[in-house]
Amino acid sequence: MDSQTTLQQRQTEVVEEFAYFEDWMEKYEHLIELGKELVPLNDRDRTDDNLIRGCQSRVWLSAEMDTEGALHFHADSDAIITKGLVALMVRVLGGLSPSIVAGADLWFISRIGLDTHLSPTRANGLLSMVQQMKHYGIAFQAK
Amino acid sequence: MTGTVGTTPICSNFSPMLNLAHIRSQFPILTREIHGRPLVYLDHAASAQKPIAVIEAQREYLMHHHSNVHRGVHELSQLATDAFEAAREKVRTHIGASSTEEIIWTSGATDAINLVAQSWGRAEISPGDVILITRMEHHANIVPWQMLAEEKQAKLEVVDVTDEGSIDEDDFQKKLKNNPKILAIIHVSNVLGTVNDVKRWTKNAQQVGARVLIDGSQSIPHLAVDVVDIGCDFFVFSGHKAYGPTGIGVLYGRKELLEKMPPWRGGGEMIDVVDIEKGTSYAALPHKFEAGTPHISGAIAMGVALDWMNGTGLQSIGDHERALGAHARHLLSGVEGMRFFGEAQELTGVVSFLIDGLHPYDVGTLLDQMGIAVRTGHHCAQPLMARFQIPGTIRASFGAYNTMQEVDALAAGVERASRMLR
Repeated sequence: MDSQTTLQQRQTEVVEEFAYFEDWMEKYEHLIELGKELVPLNDRDRTDDNLIRGCQSRVWLSAEMDTEGALHFHADSDAIITKGLVALMVRVLGGLSPSIVAGADLWFISRIGLDTHLSPTRANGLLSMVQQMKHYGIAFQAK
Repeated sequence: MTGTVGTTPICSNFSPMLNLAHIRSQFPILTREIHGRPLVYLDHAASAQKPIAVIEAQREYLMHHHSNVHRGVHELSQLATDAFEAAREKVRTHIGASSTEEIIWTSGATDAINLVAQSWGRAEISPGDVILITRMEHHANIVPWQMLAEEKQAKLEVVDVTDEGSIDEDDFQKKLKNNPKILAIIHVSNVLGTVNDVKRWTKNAQQVGARVLIDGSQSIPHLAVDVVDIGCDFFVFSGHKAYGPTGIGVLYGRKELLEKMPPWRGGGEMIDVVDIEKGTSYAALPHKFEAGTPHISGAIAMGVALDWMNGTGLQSIGDHERALGAHARHLLSGVEGMRFFGEAQELTGVVSFLIDGLHPYDVGTLLDQMGIAVRTGHHCAQPLMARFQIPGTIRASFGAYNTMQEVDALAAGVERASRMLR
């Protein structure tokens, strides 16, 4: 399957997954679960260089390309809800080709009603993280 | 212990100090919902909601009385000027200043501090001089002094804060020995709720020859202030935290100081005669510091906000808010891992806390889903956060319109959020 199809399919899956939840509480509980399940970043990658400073919560992000030319992300946050959203981003964008990551339209986030977390005024570092993921896409595309 | 949350018998819509039903009916915003739940607004320290009298005052002015002030001979301009100057007089009375010449309209407390730093500071501060602040300051009372110190190669020194969240007396006395030129100090901490004994600190600082600026942004909405009694040289506050509009604030300065200070911003309103060749002479106080068209409707509505506070009773408002704060501390102390910041002797209705292992952002996000508005983060006081070695806190801050029931909702919400996050 090509990267673009995978990207669309993964977003559809996330939307379906969240459609089960009837109220905000279940939705956030799921997000918290996802946050707890995300493998914490190892100390090697939890550096100031990889830190994306939000005003409210902090996000760490590192990226690497495998021999097949797919981009892989490792990310973490000090806030668990942010971390749950970080986990969703990594799940949706991880393992795709850099060009697809660079140009990805992440429509799933508003479909599951969590787009307020991506607002620049929210200052949780998440919007900057998405931008950084795309920058990695652009950078690795050039390699 | 946790079972008591939300079930204590004193929860009610009743306050011995205030008629809360009447007060709440004057705040239109309080009837709205957030995420489908009734709004519980506990972010007064960031900005107060507005009573209908303030909203109407602005509307009334714009509908029927607007014109530019101090300009025209026409009737409307005169009406606007009269209302604008009457508001200044209300501010003067409210803070006990001697003359309206000592009351400068600014866009807020931040603007007022910058005015003093840029006008008084640039004239009076020389290389090597000491500017003294405290670790409790809001960024608005740090950064303008930092900028001044950098420009003038002056030294910015900082008085420490104790574990309880008070000014460290020993450190204060020690720092005074360096003969600071000015002490800039917060009256009431926006994070900790600490009420600083500014009268005493002012006297101490002036004894070593320092000028004293007090940031009253968090005191004006909650307690009576008399600048002459305090004896300070400058006192600043914002309108919007005191039930008034945004974009309006006040600088009080002692007349003899203001008279000597050079104007900061140039433009209309602040001039006497403008002559390209001979130069410009400046208007008398207070207009010398009010370049350009001021926020006329804001000033008028600010006067109405002060009337509203005085009519409601500032003492009763303060007592009520302290009772809400005490109730909140009582209920929240039942939550596992609860840690409070700010346990000084004298406090306003501000409760700052953290729960072990939980990030403030997560707690704030879940409370928001329940319709409860609190502030999370560093509260524009990063040096204070660094002092306590924390990234930020969750802060509930109360106003005249908050109820014990809302405090119950907060405690129940925090309990629920903390269960979800563990």
